[in-house]
Formats: sequence, structure tokens, C-alpha cells
Amino acid sequence: MAATAESSQQLPASQRVVIIGAGIVGNSLAYHLTRLGQTEITLLDKGPLPNPGGSTGHASNFIFPVDHSKEMTFLTLESMRQYKELGVFTRSGGIEIARTEERLQEFTRRMASAQSWGIEPVSLLTPDEVKGLVPFIDETLILGGFYTPGAGVVDSLRAATIMRERAAEAGLTVSANTEVLGIDVAGGSVQRVRTTRGEIDAERVVICCGAWSPRLARMAGATIPLTPMVHQMIDIGPVPRFANAKGMIEHPIVRDMDTNMYERQEGTGLEIGSYAHRPITLDPDDIPSIEEAALTPTELPFTQKDFDPQMEIALELMPEIVGDESVGVKYAINGVLSVTLDGMPLIGESAQVRGLWSAAAIWIKEGPGAGKTVAELMVRGESEIDVFESNVARAYPCQRTAAHIKARASEGFNKMYGIVHPAEQWESDRGVRRSPFYERERALGAFCFEAVGWERPQWYESNAHLLEEYGDRVTRREAEWESRWWSPIINAEHLAMRDRAAMVDLTAFAVFDITGPGALDAVQRVAMRQMDVTIGRVVYTPILTPGGGFKADLTIMRLDDDVFRVVTGGAYGMSDLKWFADRLPDDGSAQLHDQTSSWCTLGLWGPRARDILGSVTHDDISHEGFPFARCRTIEVGALSVLASRISYVGDLGWELYVPIEQGARLWDIIAEAGAPYGVLPAGIGVYGTTGRLEKCYRAYGMELEGDFNVVEAGMAWGRVKDEHFIGKEAHVRHREEEPAATMCTLTVDDHTSSSGVKRYMLGNEPVLTRAGAPITDRKGRRSYVTSAGAGPSIGKHILMSYLPPEHAVLGEQLAVEYMGERYPVTVEVVGSTPIFDPENTRVRA
Amino acid sequence: MNVLICVKRVPLTGGKIVLTEDEQAISTRHLGFTISPHEECGVEEAVRLIEAGGGSSTVLTLGPPEAEEQLRDMMAIGVDRAVHLVTDGGEWDPQATAAAIVDVIRSEGERYDLILFGNESADAGNFQVAIRVAHALGLPCVTGVKGLSVDGGSVRLEQEVAGGRDVYVVPMPAVVTVKEGLNLPRYPSVPGRLRAKRKPLATSTPARPDPRLEMVRLVLPPGSGKQAEVLGHGAEAAPAVVGVLRELGLL
Repeated sequence: MAATAESSQQLPASQRVVIIGAGIVGNSLAYHLTRLGQTEITLLDKGPLPNPGGSTGHASNFIFPVDHSKEMTFLTLESMRQYKELGVFTRSGGIEIARTEERLQEFTRRMASAQSWGIEPVSLLTPDEVKGLVPFIDETLILGGFYTPGAGVVDSLRAATIMRERAAEAGLTVSANTEVLGIDVAGGSVQRVRTTRGEIDAERVVICCGAWSPRLARMAGATIPLTPMVHQMIDIGPVPRFANAKGMIEHPIVRDMDTNMYERQEGTGLEIGSYAHRPITLDPDDIPSIEEAALTPTELPFTQKDFDPQMEIALELMPEIVGDESVGVKYAINGVLSVTLDGMPLIGESAQVRGLWSAAAIWIKEGPGAGKTVAELMVRGESEIDVFESNVARAYPCQRTAAHIKARASEGFNKMYGIVHPAEQWESDRGVRRSPFYERERALGAFCFEAVGWERPQWYESNAHLLEEYGDRVTRREAEWESRWWSPIINAEHLAMRDRAAMVDLTAFAVFDITGPGALDAVQRVAMRQMDVTIGRVVYTPILTPGGGFKADLTIMRLDDDVFRVVTGGAYGMSDLKWFADRLPDDGSAQLHDQTSSWCTLGLWGPRARDILGSVTHDDISHEGFPFARCRTIEVGALSVLASRISYVGDLGWELYVPIEQGARLWDIIAEAGAPYGVLPAGIGVYGTTGRLEKCYRAYGMELEGDFNVVEAGMAWGRVKDEHFIGKEAHVRHREEEPAATMCTLTVDDHTSSSGVKRYMLGNEPVLTRAGAPITDRKGRRSYVTSAGAGPSIGKHILMSYLPPEHAVLGEQLAVEYMGERYPVTVEVVGSTPIFDPENTRVRA
Repeated sequence: MNVLICVKRVPLTGGKIVLTEDEQAISTRHLGFTISPHEECGVEEAVRLIEAGGGSSTVLTLGPPEAEEQLRDMMAIGVDRAVHLVTDGGEWDPQATAAAIVDVIRSEGERYDLILFGNESADAGNFQVAIRVAHALGLPCVTGVKGLSVDGGSVRLEQEVAGGRDVYVVPMPAVVTVKEGLNLPRYPSVPGRLRAKRKPLATSTPARPDPRLEMVRLVLPPGSGKQAEVLGHGAEAAPAVVGVLRELGLL
């Protein structure tokens, strides 16, 4: 029975879920929750229905599916599927046009991404072919196009309405014109929502309020790290050429990528939109109320001056239409949309308040897919599309501040259609987190990348002299694209580490302790591997989702009977911390303590590592006295150091942990002691890429993610522990079935392009048969390069990829498409055996 | 012929009007700006007259530096040039405004055949400036005009009155205030917008005389803002709709 709460009716006193915001996201979430059998759900909006006045009401509503981000593409594809099912999708095709050679090259990357994510057909067009599809374009201004015939336009308000009506039939309560006044929190959990029409006790509250979301989160004492930003658009018309247009759209949408603009026909008009103007951020409190807004609250007064250059550009590109004196500017707004710290949405439960969920910074093209995903996360604890990059919990406190978000959103805004290098670094608000080694590193000419706020050396200019030492063994990159954000010094540092020893700053690790009488049970329940180990063991373990996919991979040190120290990569450290914190026993017998800002970490690896460390400690660090996968506190000079004998680079050595204020001393001791042995600082270029790839070590977010399981990743060694752990049933099942794909390591046979320049893949490229056919496993997943990088010690470029059984064969000859050309590659490893030092003699020396 | 159209920058309201804390102005924190609908018709008429008969049109405003935006908007419609009497943003009373406009007209050699105004400004609504200008220049003045045609040296003007229209024929130069409905103003084209950026705009900064009319404060009438009443859903709403139509005298 449909339940629409009119102003005369009472809101329900208590609900399982209260959804705030009835745009495309809130309605979609309500619909998918009811589809999953959920009841006692109320959907609120302060505005009227069907258009409550948020961004859904004014969005341009077109969808281009191809994106370099797999996660974003999958959300978009799922959304398109739903829009089609709802009958609100109109296929128009879409053309991205290039005005520069660099953009043409970018289009070959888009072709590759389309293949990697399974979007076909797509094609490259000549200017004349573009003209054939868009007769009113001046084709002399462009060099070519990237055509997506499947692109189209949706009616997002209609979609939202249909989903709301379907959900209402399944019991959803809808209350429009109901403003939220407060969200009460007690004991760290959401309690109730207070509205202009009364209070609702709620187990979970989901904020789906687009640009207003930060304001709602603040009511609960939490942060949703996005900022409202202005996106300008105008409608001109009536266009004589479109006089007989029947539907919403008949001509392909044009994205003028190099000018950050788009033009699309809509009925008898042409809409021109821009991401080219100066970044204009707003405070959510600056968005007018519905009553005060001249149009809707998210259609702000147009600022003509900001748009003048865009008018000139559009006039030039489409003179027949835009230059027509009879065609008037009928509508012009500064539309409000949501932009985040890193361009990805904000999905999931807040790390700050239990029961408070975010489904924000989601645009029309991702809306229904995101709604479905949030519903699955709420009901099942995992989603069909792994949205680890969108996890709202990913942001560290210093990344959630208004100033940081504003800086990053402003920097990212003009890159909306940009050619963004996979390793591209942010320029704004840098240097927030500095390890105690930072001053030393700077003095050594460290070239820093940023990792979740940390400045982290990628390589050191002080090592440039090694280039001479290693000569031809260090590959130089001739093409500008893959030498961007890269240096051959990385490969030289790698070789020197393999020959001597290297110091690596790993302070960006997230570190947290699980303590208390229930600690063992707590980690045992979350970790796949056996955690009931002797004190001083270090366990590398996958962390699984209930469905047996990867949630994380990390190491856990048992420091005492009831003390476990979890060390995980910085990038997803906060997501991992939340995963553990959410699964602590209810009885309070175990606690989690975040130690990230307490400890710094210095890695020391290489054949001389023991000599170096041995020269500054009296403790027994012999192989027998300090075996692999053990950790122990030792004295290093005057410092008490927690040493952990593991390695992500495949050489003998330790991770050395000291309290952060003693870090500089540790660096000095090791650097001084190491000097006679030729120790050198090495950057993350070695640690994260060359060292690990030679050892075929997987990385979370690259090889390891929710889409793949432990067996497919080739990590199902040893027996399954008897104790229960999350994902165990699924994991046992995965062990019994033949994997649909297996992680393989490939090397490139020939790098030479048709122009004779050697090219080096960077990751995400499609893996094809030698004949050029895409490879798809029985679960429908395409094979693509999950990681790519140099293997200086083996003298080859290394690629990792999941391959279905028929191709996961040693010596199998395949191809990889890169920048519009195919390169021959060969499967070197099936499973997890390292290419370099397959017997692991170095690590266990 | 030469036509002058005088306009005033005013907030573009559409929703609930909010006053500034001192109740001296409308809060424009969330608002864009425009000119009154009467003035828009005046601009359209000026452009049409020049398009049809040749000559030059000028748009004039007295207002803050930001009022250039409205002058460019009007030049985007087709006005040839603009005169901006720049103020510090404070409201000028009708007497002072009229005096400043008269100064401009005199300094330009009283070359305008037709001086157009909106019937009243959208905000202050004093209904005075045009009449004061006409008086100072000794020109005929017709107000509330909804029909205008030029014939040789005179202009035929239709003034809306209860039950019909009064028709005047006056010799030019003349001052005319027009009302919405005179014509249907056009939207600016993109080329028009771009041309407007390069059209001549003369600025001067007149001294503000001591005001003789002072506003005490603004008061919002009760019941302003958007008001919507849901009459019902589906067929059951029909009787209520009929009731409203009756009330409006449409049935």
C-alpha cells in the first residue's frame, strides 16, 4: 500500500532507515532497499516532489559511459542499465572532440579503457566523420573524435519518480516539504531525525542531499567531505535546424574536451555547458532556501562574465546555430553540483557516527547504480560493484577540512575533461603530513608524491649518479607520456637495493592496535589467516568480504597475548581501520587504538641489510635468531626499535618502527651505519612498483579488490583455518571450484611502436589475444593490466593481469593495447611465484 | 533618430523577499540582478525604432559599478551605446536621479528625439524620474504607454486607461514612460552578447546631492513569497479545483 505522508498525517515514530533527500540518489536507494526486502523506511525532502530543488532537477542528464576509473565506469554502466529498464534513457550517441594532438593520444587511451571495461562499440572518428554525425559543427577546428554510440540522455526526475512510486508500493513512507532540523546522536550512534513535521527514531540515517550533504552531516557532528561548486550552463533557441525535433534529443552530444565544454541538442534548443570557468566554490549554507531562491536553490544567478570566453568558443565551433542572431539565450544558470576531495563519490557509513550513512557527490550518470550499491552495503555489508575508492571513510581528518576540500575541488574542477596522467599529483594544499625523515629526504633531493596527505619520496635526485653506475641496465623512456611523473633513477635505486641496501620511508602506513582480552577473537574473526600465533609472529593476511572478495590485505603483528598491531597501506588505511572497528566484539573486550600518527616506519632491505643493522645493534638478528615473519623490539643505537622482518620488495631486511619523534635519529643511525655498505635512500617507485612487481606481490586496489577472490589471486596457500572468519564459507567454496580467472604475471616481448619509439604500459590496458580479441572470463570480467612497471633486475617490463584458464598458461602469447597499438606479451607466471628469485632465497637469507 | 532609454539595476526576485538587517534594502545574498519588465520593453522598443528607422540608441543607468552588467545586457539586445552614472550603491531619490540624467542629456547637446523610461522602477516605484526629467527639459511627457509609433517629427502614443486607451500625438523630442505589454522583448543572441562586450560605455561619477526624500525603512507585506496549496491528488482534487475557478470568476 502506498504511503504518502501528507501534512495532516503523522510521520512514523520510528523507522529502520530514514533517507534524507529525494533526488536521484535518495529515490534510487529507497527503491533498492525495498527490493532487498527492507521495510520501515521513510524518505524525506525539504522540497516539493517530484523536483525538490537539488541538482537532479537541473542536471544536464547526459551519460558518457567511458571513464578511466573502473569503479566509476561500473557505477555508470549499472545506472544506464537501470535507466533503460525504467524507460527513461534516450540513446543519442556522444562524441568527444579533439583539438590537439595530445587529445588524440588521450582518445587512444579511452579506446583502451573502453575495451578494459567492456564498453563496445566505440570508435575514433575523422573530422569529416564527426561532421557527418554533427552537421552543424565546424570540422576544420578539430583533429578527430572519440565516438560512443551508446551514450545518451536520461530523464532523471522521471526515473526518481518511478523508483519512488515502486518503493512506495512496497511500503516506503514519503514525506516531502519536510525539513530536517537536527540529527541526534548518542553514544556515537545515530538516534533520531528531528524535522519540521516531528521526530523519527531511526536506526540508520542516510544523507542523500547532494550539495547540502555537509550541512546535514554537521547536524550529527560528522563530515561529508564535499563542496558545492558552480557549473555554468545556458540554453539557446529556438534553433531553426531543430524546428522539427520530436524527442528530447536526436543529435549526438558533443563534448569539446580541450575547452572543457559540452554542447547538446535538447528539443528545439541547444544547451551549452562548461567546466572551463574559474572554480567557484560555495559553502553549503550559502545555497538559498527554497523560499528565497529565484529559481530552485541549486540554480544560482548566472555570472555572465565567467561565461564570455565559452560563448566565443561555442560560436566558433557551431557557427550555424550559436551564431544565428535569431537564436536567443533563454536560460542561463550557475548550477550547483558536488565536488569532492579527489573526484570520487562519498559512499558508505560515516567513520565518525555509527548509523550515519553518506550517499553523496553522486552525479546523474552514477545515481541509480550508487543507490543500488548503498542498499547492498547496508543490507549485505558488501556490494556487487566494489566501491572502495568511493568509501566515505577513506578520508583522514586532515582531508576532511573545508579548506582542504575547497583547495582540491578547485584544482580538480578544470580537469573535469582533462587529460589526467595516472600518476598525476595534486599541487594544492601539499605538505600537510610530513614524516620525521622529511628534512633528510628534502636535503637528498627527494621528488615527493602525495599519499593521503603525506609527502612521500618517489625517488631521490641524490641517486642520479647511479644512472652511470648501472648504465644500460636502467631503461630510459623515450615517450613523454610514460616519462611523466617518472624517473629512470627509480630503476637505478632498485638495482642498488638489490646489490647493496636501501632505506625506504614507510611512515604513510596506517597503524592500529587491537588490544584487550577479546583481541585475539577480534582479529581472528576478521583475518583470513591463523592469528593464534606465537607472540612475535608477523602474519600477512587477506581481509575478506562476506562474499570472499578482497576487503584488504595487510600484516598483523602479535606483540603480546592480547595485543595485535595491524599495519596497512595508507591509501585505504582509514577504511581498513573502520572495518576492524565495526567488527570488534559487542562486549567491549577488545579495543582499537589508532597509532598512525604515533609511529614512523623505515624499511631497510637489501643483501647488506643485516650487516648494516648488525653494526648498530647488539641484539641477535641472525637468520636463526630473527627468522622471517617475526617481529621483536631491539636496541638500535640509543633507540628502542620494533623490528619486523618482512619484505614487500623481495630482499632481506626489516621494517623498523620507532615513535615518530625519534624518527630522525633512526634515519641518521641507519644512514651512517649504512654508508660503508653503500646504503641509499630509495623511493616508493621501488617499494610500490619495481620491487614488488619483480616479486609478483599483489597490491590492494590494483590486483586485490572485491571483484576477485583469494583463489583467483593465487593466494590460497596453506589450509583454511578452523576458526570462523568473515568470508570463510565463500572462501571454502572458491577453493572447491575452478577459478574463473587466475592472476598471472606477463612481460612485454617487444616495446617498439610503429614509429620506432619504445613504449611502456602504465596499467589498466586491455589484455588481448595475439589476434587482438578481448579476453573475457566466465564471470564476464575482461582481462586488463592491473599493475605495470619495470623489472630492472630481470630486464623486462612487467604486467599483472587476471586471465581465464584457457589463457592462464605459462608461455601463452598475448597482446596488450597501448596508445592505439598492440604489443606482444607473454605469460611468465601463473599464480604467485615470483619472477625474480622464485625460491625467495634473498628474503630468507 | 536618437533614442535614450533609462534603466535601473534591481534585484531579480522570484522567491521570498528577505530584507537586510537594517531594513533599508532587499537582501541580495542569493539574488541576481535585472531591470524592470517595463524597462525591458523600453529597451526592445528603442532597438526596434533604430532597426526600422536608423539612428542610434543609448541606454543610461545611475547605479553601482556592478550596474555595468545591466548595460551590457541591454547592449546585447541591440542598444548601441551606454552611459553609466556610477554611484557608491546608495539609493538616490527621484529628484537627484532626474537631475543627474538631465545633466547628461544637456551635456550631450540635447540630441535625443525620444527619451524612454519604464513606467516605474521595480524596487522604489516612485513614478517620478521621467516626469521630472521632462519638466526640467521642457519636453512633453506621456506616461503608462503601451503603444508607440513614430511618424515624421512626432510620435503617437497609446496610454492604457480603465476601459480603453487614450491616444496622444506629441512632437519630438518627447519623454515617454512605457509599460510591460508594449512589445515582446527578445532574448539576446550569443553574437549579441559578444558584441556587447565591445560596445562603447561612457562612465562618469556625479556628485550625490543631499537627499530630500529619505526612506525610513522597508516593511514586507504579509503573505509574500511562494504560496502553494495542495488541493488534493487525482480525481478527488477536482471539486476543489472547480471551487478555485469559480472564485476567480472563470466559471
